[in-house]
Amino acid sequence: MIEIKNLHAKIGDKEILKGLNLTVKAGEIHAIMGPNGAGKSTLASVLAGREDYEVTEGTVDFEGADLLDLATEERAREGLFLAFQYPIEIPGVSNINFLRTAINEIREYRKEDPISAKDFMALVREKSKLVELDAKLASRSVNEGFSGGEKKRNEIFQMAMLNPKLAILDETDSGLDIDALRVVANGVNMLKSENNATIVITHYQRLLDYIIPDFVHVLYDGKIVKTGGKELALELEEKGYDWIKAELAN
Amino acid sequence: MTVIAHKKTALSSRLEATSISIANEDKALALGVLENTPLPTTRTEAWKYTRVARLGKIAFTNQEATISSIDKYNIDSSAPTLVFVNGHFSKELSSNDLPEGISWNLLSDMNAIPATKLKLENEVFNSLNTAHLTGGVQLTIAANVIVGTPVQILHIIKGTEVISNFKVIIDAGKSSQASVVQGYFSEDGENKFCNVTSEISLAENAVLSIDKVQYEDENSFHISTEEVSQERNSLFTINTSTLNGGLVRNNLHIKVNGTNCNSVLNGVYLMKNKQHVDNHTIVDHIAAHCESHELYKGVMDDKSTAVFNGKVFVRPDAQKINAFQSNGNVLLSDNATVNSKPELEIYADDVKCSHGSTTGQLDDEAIFYLRARGLSKRSAHQLMVSAFIGEVLDMIKNENVRSYVDGLLTERFGWE
Ligand SMILES: Nc1ncnc2c1ncn2[C@@H]1O[C@H](COP(=O)(O)OP(=O)(O)OP(=O)(O)O)[C@@H](O)[C@H]1O
Ligand SMILES: [Mg+2]
Repeated sequence: MIEIKNLHAKIGDKEILKGLNLTVKAGEIHAIMGPNGAGKSTLASVLAGREDYEVTEGTVDFEGADLLDLATEERAREGLFLAFQYPIEIPGVSNINFLRTAINEIREYRKEDPISAKDFMALVREKSKLVELDAKLASRSVNEGFSGGEKKRNEIFQMAMLNPKLAILDETDSGLDIDALRVVANGVNMLKSENNATIVITHYQRLLDYIIPDFVHVLYDGKIVKTGGKELALELEEKGYDWIKAELAN
Repeated sequence: MTVIAHKKTALSSRLEATSISIANEDKALALGVLENTPLPTTRTEAWKYTRVARLGKIAFTNQEATISSIDKYNIDSSAPTLVFVNGHFSKELSSNDLPEGISWNLLSDMNAIPATKLKLENEVFNSLNTAHLTGGVQLTIAANVIVGTPVQILHIIKGTEVISNFKVIIDAGKSSQASVVQGYFSEDGENKFCNVTSEISLAENAVLSIDKVQYEDENSFHISTEEVSQERNSLFTINTSTLNGGLVRNNLHIKVNGTNCNSVLNGVYLMKNKQHVDNHTIVDHIAAHCESHELYKGVMDDKSTAVFNGKVFVRPDAQKINAFQSNGNVLLSDNATVNSKPELEIYADDVKCSHGSTTGQLDDEAIFYLRARGLSKRSAHQLMVSAFIGEVLDMIKNENVRSYVDGLLTERFGWE
């Protein structure tokens, strides 16, 4: 699905990713954990194509394409989805209007016919139900006046609407109550198939009770420094990151 | 006797004095102003950012012209329509009748035009319009009549170095209610100049709304002055959409003479290339217990320039006034400029007024968010621009006008 090799990225003069390697195969769920400021969101942003970051070294292969060579929207059209850590509010832009445009531009890119209004509305109903997002919220301005939990649910709703190959969820679980967390996890699990993959960035093992990862990685100081199974998440939650820093120092 | 020679501009050199029966004093005064007053320069405060010197170099003529159809310009096709080409009435393209309760007279048919309410002293364009008036119409809305359908006035300017000094007079009778759609368009030719004045009065308790669409081409000059007066309990609304034009200047003056009036001024402007738009508005609160709401928003691309100057006066006796004014601008290019100046002059103490002005770019974070969902940069920009001006467009209550404006946005900016 995606193969990241020796990825270096900086913002301004500050190097944040310092030779990151990660391979995710179709059908897998990977969790990335790591202390604040380690570079987790930076990785997500670089993969999504945010222009503030400069990639100085490394390659990213996404389903055979050179991901770094594609514009942000082309990455999305190739099937990459990022659920933002801090989804922004866009007053005046209707959630479902922009999603219809997005879906149709993605379809056009794939040389498919546009979705009919009827099919689109059916899809909205189905997917908003899946993430228990009030249909009224679905049609309001993007995230405007949404609570924190509603914003995160809206990210999952959009993911469900776009049905990506690779979804990167950046702390979608942070700040959610247990009901919202269950809904988010449920959304991810329902969409899981052998053809797609998910990377969840999280600080909390709690999420991983609901979304069972195949691999857990530790991102520290711009690199993946440790990889394990789901038990690694438990260990990190219990012991923090100091032991990993100590291991690295040796 | 000495004749003092003034450096006259070419502007009116080839124009005949009007044959329309305007009041003799007005005509004399206007001709005098033209004789003695140079065109405003950027040293003239009210014209600081709008250069009209080019107009002084053109010897305009007023020719009649014909157009084949108004299909393209029919903003509200449900509305009875009066069509003017270069200021001259086109009987063939116009409706025969206006709705019950509205009577109309062509200015060229009238025996005596009422004395003008326009300021003529020092006002070259008002004087030009008055002294060389080409044509126009007076609409009179009878008292107590509620006119269900809007009336539409379309003006098309056509030809090279042609001028139209066009005038609209609207008298809204006591407790009447009506709406007027106005469209300004152009057809071929260079350096066309549409110089319009309107004199609009609302009697006690009258309700009048105007939807004005400006869509002349980039080879056109358009200067428009609306002199509005409101008597007590009246409600006046004007929505101005400027979507095309070379140089467009709108002077909108609203004199609120009576208590408990409501004045609503909305404007939207989208310009590109080297286009220039200038909205100068004055709301003059003379009486107490009134409200005014002003919202203008603009989107400027390429090397286009916009000016917004909004003045609100609250006179000493005008207590309990609520006056709100806001101007927002988005620049889509580094070369576009906006000069925005909202001004409040308050001489009463018990009032609630606010004004504000913003100029910025589209939010990069929002653009990235939308693109990350698969939208092209272009679609993302378009959505953001629509969202920005949507607030003003939503003020257009006439759905035919709204969809026509949406159509122009598609035509002009390639939107969907
Ligand atoms: N625009 C920016 N300018 C300068 N430094 C930045 C910028 N954005 C992020 N950084 C820095 O890059 C580093 C990595 O930030 P990043 O957001 O990727 O961390 P993170 O692992 O996602 O942290 P968290 O767990 O808090 O979300 C931090 O030191 C941060 O301060
Ligand atoms: Mg982060």
